[in-house]
Amino acid sequence: MELPMTGSFRSDGQPLSLKEYEAAGGYQALRKMLRSLTPDEVIQIVKDAKLCGRGGAGFSTGRKWSFMPRGEQVPTVKYLVCNADEMEPGTFKDRFLMEGSPHQLIEGIAVASYAIEAETAYIFLRASYRKAAARLANAIGEAYAHNYLGKNILDSHMNLEIYLHTSAGRYICGEASAMLNSLEGRRPIPRHKPPHMSTEGFFGKPTVVNNAETLFSVPPILVHGPQWYLGLGRTAEGGTKIYSVSGKVNNPGVWELPIGITIREVVEQYAGGMRSGVKLRAVIPGGASSGFVFEKELDTPLDIASLAKVGSRLGTGTLIILDDQTCPVGMVYNLQKFYAHESCGWCTPCREGLPWVVELLREIEAGCAEKEDLELLPELIQIMAPGHTFCDLASGAMESLASALRHFRNDFEQHLVRQQCPWS
Amino acid sequence: MPTIYIEGRPYETKEGQNLLHVCLSLGFNIPYFCWHPAMGSVGACRLCAVKLFKDEKDQTGKIVMACLTPAVDGTRISIEDPEVMRFRAQMIELLMTNHPHDCPVCDEGGECHLQDMTTMTGHTRRRFRFKKRTYRNQDLGPFIRHEMNRCIHCYRCVRFYNEYAGGLDLAAFGAHSHVYFGRQADGPLESEFSGNLVEICPTGVFTDKTSSRHFTRKWDLQTAPSICVHCGLGCNTFPAERGGKLRRIRNRYNADVNGYFICDRGRYGYLFVNHQRRIRRPLLKSFADNADNFEAQPVSNDSILKRLADLFDAGTAMIGIGSPRASLESNFALRTLVGPQNFYLGMSDQEYELIGLAIDMHRNGPARSPSLRDLELADAMLILGEDITNTAPMLALSLRHWLRRRQTAEEIRLGIPYWNDAAIGEIVHEEPSPLYVATTHATKLDAAAAAFVRAAPDQLAQLGFAVAHALSAQAPPIADLTAELHPLVEEIADKLKHATRPIIISGTSPGSAAVMQAAANVAWALCAGGKPSEMCLVVPECNSLGLRLLGGRPLSEAFEALKNGHNETAIVLENDLYRRAPSAVIDRFLNECRHLIVLDHLPNATALRAEAVLPAATFAESSGTLVNNEGRLQRFYQVFVPGSDIQPSWMWLRDMLTLSRRPEGKKWQHLEDVLAAMAEAQPDFTIAPRIAPPEGFRMAGMKIPRQSFRYSGRTAIESNISIHEPKPPTDPLTPLCFSMEGFEGQPPPSLITNYWAPGWNSVQSLNRFQEEVGGPLRGGDPGRRLFEFQVCEKIPYFTHVPAHFELPQEQWLVVAVHHIFGSEELSLLAAGIAQRAPEPYLGLNDRDIAQLGLEEGALVGFMRHAAAYQLPVRRMPGLPHGIAGLPAGLPATLGLQPPFRVQLSPGHKDPAG
Repeated sequence: MELPMTGSFRSDGQPLSLKEYEAAGGYQALRKMLRSLTPDEVIQIVKDAKLCGRGGAGFSTGRKWSFMPRGEQVPTVKYLVCNADEMEPGTFKDRFLMEGSPHQLIEGIAVASYAIEAETAYIFLRASYRKAAARLANAIGEAYAHNYLGKNILDSHMNLEIYLHTSAGRYICGEASAMLNSLEGRRPIPRHKPPHMSTEGFFGKPTVVNNAETLFSVPPILVHGPQWYLGLGRTAEGGTKIYSVSGKVNNPGVWELPIGITIREVVEQYAGGMRSGVKLRAVIPGGASSGFVFEKELDTPLDIASLAKVGSRLGTGTLIILDDQTCPVGMVYNLQKFYAHESCGWCTPCREGLPWVVELLREIEAGCAEKEDLELLPELIQIMAPGHTFCDLASGAMESLASALRHFRNDFEQHLVRQQCPWS
Repeated sequence: MPTIYIEGRPYETKEGQNLLHVCLSLGFNIPYFCWHPAMGSVGACRLCAVKLFKDEKDQTGKIVMACLTPAVDGTRISIEDPEVMRFRAQMIELLMTNHPHDCPVCDEGGECHLQDMTTMTGHTRRRFRFKKRTYRNQDLGPFIRHEMNRCIHCYRCVRFYNEYAGGLDLAAFGAHSHVYFGRQADGPLESEFSGNLVEICPTGVFTDKTSSRHFTRKWDLQTAPSICVHCGLGCNTFPAERGGKLRRIRNRYNADVNGYFICDRGRYGYLFVNHQRRIRRPLLKSFADNADNFEAQPVSNDSILKRLADLFDAGTAMIGIGSPRASLESNFALRTLVGPQNFYLGMSDQEYELIGLAIDMHRNGPARSPSLRDLELADAMLILGEDITNTAPMLALSLRHWLRRRQTAEEIRLGIPYWNDAAIGEIVHEEPSPLYVATTHATKLDAAAAAFVRAAPDQLAQLGFAVAHALSAQAPPIADLTAELHPLVEEIADKLKHATRPIIISGTSPGSAAVMQAAANVAWALCAGGKPSEMCLVVPECNSLGLRLLGGRPLSEAFEALKNGHNETAIVLENDLYRRAPSAVIDRFLNECRHLIVLDHLPNATALRAEAVLPAATFAESSGTLVNNEGRLQRFYQVFVPGSDIQPSWMWLRDMLTLSRRPEGKKWQHLEDVLAAMAEAQPDFTIAPRIAPPEGFRMAGMKIPRQSFRYSGRTAIESNISIHEPKPPTDPLTPLCFSMEGFEGQPPPSLITNYWAPGWNSVQSLNRFQEEVGGPLRGGDPGRRLFEFQVCEKIPYFTHVPAHFELPQEQWLVVAVHHIFGSEELSLLAAGIAQRAPEPYLGLNDRDIAQLGLEEGALVGFMRHAAAYQLPVRRMPGLPHGIAGLPAGLPATLGLQPPFRVQLSPGHKDPAG
């Protein structure tokens, strides 16, 4: 199986040095691009490869780049920002990639910057990823030393400065416009759109924000072409992706796998199946902001369209497994505590609604709840529906809770009837 | 005109507005928190939700926020759709999960926007049964009380404070449900406009600390439309009284003047009205014992009038000294009593000249005098010589509002309407600031300017003359401008030349005619080039312009008149002469005066010398007319009856006219009579009697009440003094009454006594008094301008150009440094203002301090008017070399009258103390 992102990773956990990266074919995309491709051509290649954003939203990367004003007559500075503020619960794929091959991210950023004609790029990295920060800083230094960054890259007309920004880190910075506010030194509150960041982005300039994994996927596409990339996938969406599994499996971890691989395959073949004594009860396939899928849906391909059909989301592609010995109420309580704490505090329903949800779940889990408490949950979910809030943090939070209420209704009611958690 | 559909019915609306603006203006009740008519929409609170339908067939619709949805042609919405009504109630319910049950003890109760919106959405029963989050409160200084538990996180406070008012020390801290609005550490809020937080905050997080000390519920207050008396801008206010005490000042909306806001001096200076040292009874010194230490004794009205009658009968020659802080009526009454040739204007000779100059410039030049609202249409501004944040604070706030809200090229290009504050905040402006600041010392607006320069007044004048000449060859040139200023001259001239509507701001504060003339030349040169340029001139006091227009002789001639023994009696109207001239000169004048009669509110150095003191009513206890710096005639109305022997000055003077057997004594029954006489004597004031409805005006046969119909306990207020129920006092002078009974609809705007509408108990009820939210009052904003735009055939450029400014080595030029807290006489008597006012100092830059061998805090000495002064040095790095800054208006250094040149030397502590 071809692994364009992780195929050359070292087995000892050390990052690929510049030399090792070059030996594995690194910076070939940059060379090819500078030699023979225009920005428009680069964008078309990425569009044809059907690469979609890996941060959770799944928007066509090529299309996003094409929204940027380009050409000689565009007088303004533009920015590319890599969003490496990875905080979706259950997600650790970007860390894995940045720690393993920081140069591939740099090369991906260079290709993207060239495509949108930006000469400055930022990596917005959560500060708690200390290892990744150190490795990226080192790699950036190496790249400058070898003229892969800076002025007149590889004797071409391309200039690119990359700045690594380690932030205080808040989940809301996963929302690209909030992240730009944070990068500007302001409170990380999402921005109103319009204006879109393709016109008014970082410090008012046209900006593209891409997830780290998305940028990681770009260099191989340029080297081998879109058809090759499409061919790597199992379904029409093409390409590979980092999938991970957490939960009571034998082998929790991260793997680069073809897009469209089924849930069953990932869980049984790569994660080694469930540990002895527990059975799989449900899976959240896309990080905490997606709905549960069950045994009968385990053969669903892990791609955007297929998961949407069964009422869930691909999101970040990081699977959290709920086993039959773990309380689902406790699980969603844990997730909602995270969301409530990560609310930026700007709009009323998220700021005040999420803590109420947490209190209710706490009571239910502790066996102290009343019937009215359970009846409040669907109402609060409806309050935080998409469009009711200023951004999608709250509605994302409600996805797993709504799914849990739908599918684990009995578990919730057992807590009320028994006045304690059935698993305690 | 777009048509929108609400509940299926068509309504025509204004182009380019959002749905919330449109619906509120049409009279619909949509609840909101974070939107504010002066600050626009950000979409945070989610309370203004309405249902938006795609077309007629769409039955479901989707929930959108009215504040951020443009009202375009064909928009279909429902406000009463059950799902969206439920959603709005749920928003309130969510806010109530943390809101404390403070209503009974919260200052905001009864005029609380949160209460109103809660009722409006119908939320009642609490379902939240968990603990509320709490916060620690901060001590924010003498003006604002902080109670964070009540916060509903609408973010209005920081938006106003940071983005509108430019303040730096209030911020949002923290995240999720624990966002905190406060300072980094306890301490007074630094912005001059912090007091507006009490009206901006929709709940009781920020409340008026001075008012909570003598707290009264809104419905128990007596209010009337009034004018702030603490600077020359004439902001409109609502003073509120109960039990004979002024309890607070609130903003009174005037779209042309102050809009939604007032400054802290105007909001918190009112306590002088309640001051324990108020003169409440006439005071008389016995003639025989007119020694220095003798205290005047309180006497009855009859006694004092008898004494005055004796004086008049004796044929004593009289002069009258008028006041720039007294009403036109009072000043005119004095002038009538003593005769125009014996009427002197109670302002310094410098002000006499400069304010006269301002009037001439407004009258004879082509540049119009702008209102504060007109400023917002400008696209370039030059400030020459004025630190407006301290001399005319609301002018600075208007300017900041203009900087944020003017439609820029980017906004037009992106299609961002002016009301979308969320989007405006995201736009980074490419163009440099359209503001230039040229003053004698650092000002807070420097940071907002494209460029600023600090120089001596004559250099500022030279800069202005040079700019004017660069704009029009007709304006006189400057031969010897300092070389460093040349590039700035070109830059400013270029900016102004390319603006469509450039405005120049200057005024009397630097004490320099040359600076004002230079400003006029700039404005006029722009007019000559075909631009409708306007010139705003700052004057010091609430009736400086009015008094000067009324006309009279300069004060120094009064000193001469007495010296020559031509007059024996001086009547001083509401004025402390020691603020107007060096103390030695005033001492001499008062010594030579045989009989000094003073009318004033509080004892001051002049009143203490008086033989007779008549207790004069303050602005809150009388009605009258003032002229602001713009040349706007405005009426203020009596808020309450002061009791004891206090009378408006013009009535005391009418009594004196009666005693002198003059016909005016009988003729002047109403304010209109005085104003009519004044209009006849001074054609400038022809419109004065007509700027507000006359005394006989009624609505449906009724007077307009000063009290709400819920006003309680009227007959019990003085029951500790007398158990007999007093009748409500009558008001024979105005269409208002001191009662809760009267017309309950909306009177003409000049007579509005308070804002209230069904369901709207808070200040937001103002919405119902405007033609459209954020626009003019229904019926037109009160006040009438005296100066209007005129075409000048030949522009009367000023040609006397100041010489190159140079100082001998050991000399410094002392200039006035104005302080919003401290430079004005009456507000300084309020405890909170006095707390924030500086101690006397002399400001110098670091180089000059070193040159003198001093350090901050050390004493520096100089001689002035044959007196020795010693003042502690204060570092003012923004002062140019050779310039020293003296705080204006502080009691300890009143007689100094900058600008003046002195030699400075290190002071020394006198061992004798």
